[in-house]
Amino acid sequence: MSDAAPALEIRNLNVYYGDFHAVRDVSLTFPRNKITAIIGPSGCGKSTVLRSINRMNDLIPNVRIEGQVLFEGKNIYDPDVDPVEVRRRIGMVFQKPNPFPKSIYENVAWGVRINGFRGSKAELDALVEEALRGAALWDEVKDKLHQSGLSLSGGQQQRLCIARAIAVRPEIILMDEPASALDPIATLRIEDLMRDLAREYTIIVVTHNMQQAARVSDYTAFFSTDETRTGHLVEFGPTEQIFTNPKDPRTEAYITGRFG
Amino acid sequence: MIRKTLEARVQHLKEELLVLGSMVEQAMQQAMDALKRRDLDASRRVYANDQAINAKRFDIEREAIVAIATQQPMAHDLRFLASVLDVASELERMGDYAKGIAKINLLLGDQPLLKPLIDLPRMVDLATSMLRRALQAFVQGDVQAALAIPKEDDQVDALYNQIYRELITFMMQDPRTIDQANYLLWAAHNVERMADRVTNICERTLFTVTGEMRELDGPDDETLAPVGGEPAA
Repeated sequence: MSDAAPALEIRNLNVYYGDFHAVRDVSLTFPRNKITAIIGPSGCGKSTVLRSINRMNDLIPNVRIEGQVLFEGKNIYDPDVDPVEVRRRIGMVFQKPNPFPKSIYENVAWGVRINGFRGSKAELDALVEEALRGAALWDEVKDKLHQSGLSLSGGQQQRLCIARAIAVRPEIILMDEPASALDPIATLRIEDLMRDLAREYTIIVVTHNMQQAARVSDYTAFFSTDETRTGHLVEFGPTEQIFTNPKDPRTEAYITGRFG
Repeated sequence: MIRKTLEARVQHLKEELLVLGSMVEQAMQQAMDALKRRDLDASRRVYANDQAINAKRFDIEREAIVAIATQQPMAHDLRFLASVLDVASELERMGDYAKGIAKINLLLGDQPLLKPLIDLPRMVDLATSMLRRALQAFVQGDVQAALAIPKEDDQVDALYNQIYRELITFMMQDPRTIDQANYLLWAAHNVERMADRVTNICERTLFTVTGEMRELDGPDDETLAPVGGEPAA
């Protein structure tokens, strides 16, 4: 475990969709400025856990969440917490690149504006450039900032979405299968970018691609399901250990391709 | 450049291999120097330092295994990492040869040498120079050098044969020298084996760069001494 204070801590998280117990009793600590990958077979609750971290599950009807998600020592599910502010500080990048049907510039500037930006045009320009540089996209788009974001390739669109996420200066970036819709080269570029971003941000990534988890992450959490199809955490540890010498035989079976 | 994580791991492994190589080179030089000067304390240090060589070898192996497990290396990267495992173990064995020479000095105790050691240190100079350049060639992927270096093994073998004849003469003239002459022959054999293992490293360079797996023996690999058991430590 990292020596630094954790960026976020989940305690005894249980998630229900109506009567269905989707996630059981998950406790996990995410080290700061590290990449933690959540892996596991389909239906193990990994995306549910990820979405619980910035209250994206609030948007789903009939969902019930028990337990705590401690961010800076404060439970983000406390009644006095504003979920919009939570989502600014804990940003998210989705599986399919989803730029708005607007210019590259506007895609990045949008989040900054809706978060109450009051600066000058020049300051906004600078923020957009910084975010695009941070997402390793600037050199490719600096001459066409006012073209549609949808004109970019899939990999570029995903980096645009990462630029949009980091423009509002979050502390944590959640990524839900960020490269599953991309070709192998674009995937490796996103992974390199994630390593660069981890210097400044804490990243939590859900991936069904365990090779990707192995390549990119510092820590890995393996989730599985029990006989009632309820997802739960099986093992958490440094990625190097999980992929060379897992402690739990279920993790071993999964990463060696003998189950799941 | 993409795949920065894999690149960084490969670079670090190269640096670590060079470090291990210089530890081995130093151990061999110090072991021979101690024998030449009959400095038992120096030999004890070489003997003890072998632990550090062994530990470094395991560190390198672990790191290479983690890179294989987590980075899915393919083609050239995979050949490099597989070769690292091999080269690290070659270096560790060379460290054992140095330790073996240190042990011989300790076994000789307070006996004076039959004669001043001239050819043995020259063998060590040749073998360590070959090792240094072979490791450079490995980390730089220099096939030309890797093909050339094993040919120098002839010079090491020639010195070994010379030492062998000389020591046999001592033994024939005076059986009381048999004990020490045997130890010195053992020391020479260790150096000769070290140079042979340099060739193995060169083979790994060829494999890493080209994918070709073949032996790179020098033009004449024959030695007078019997082949077989490897007196190490």
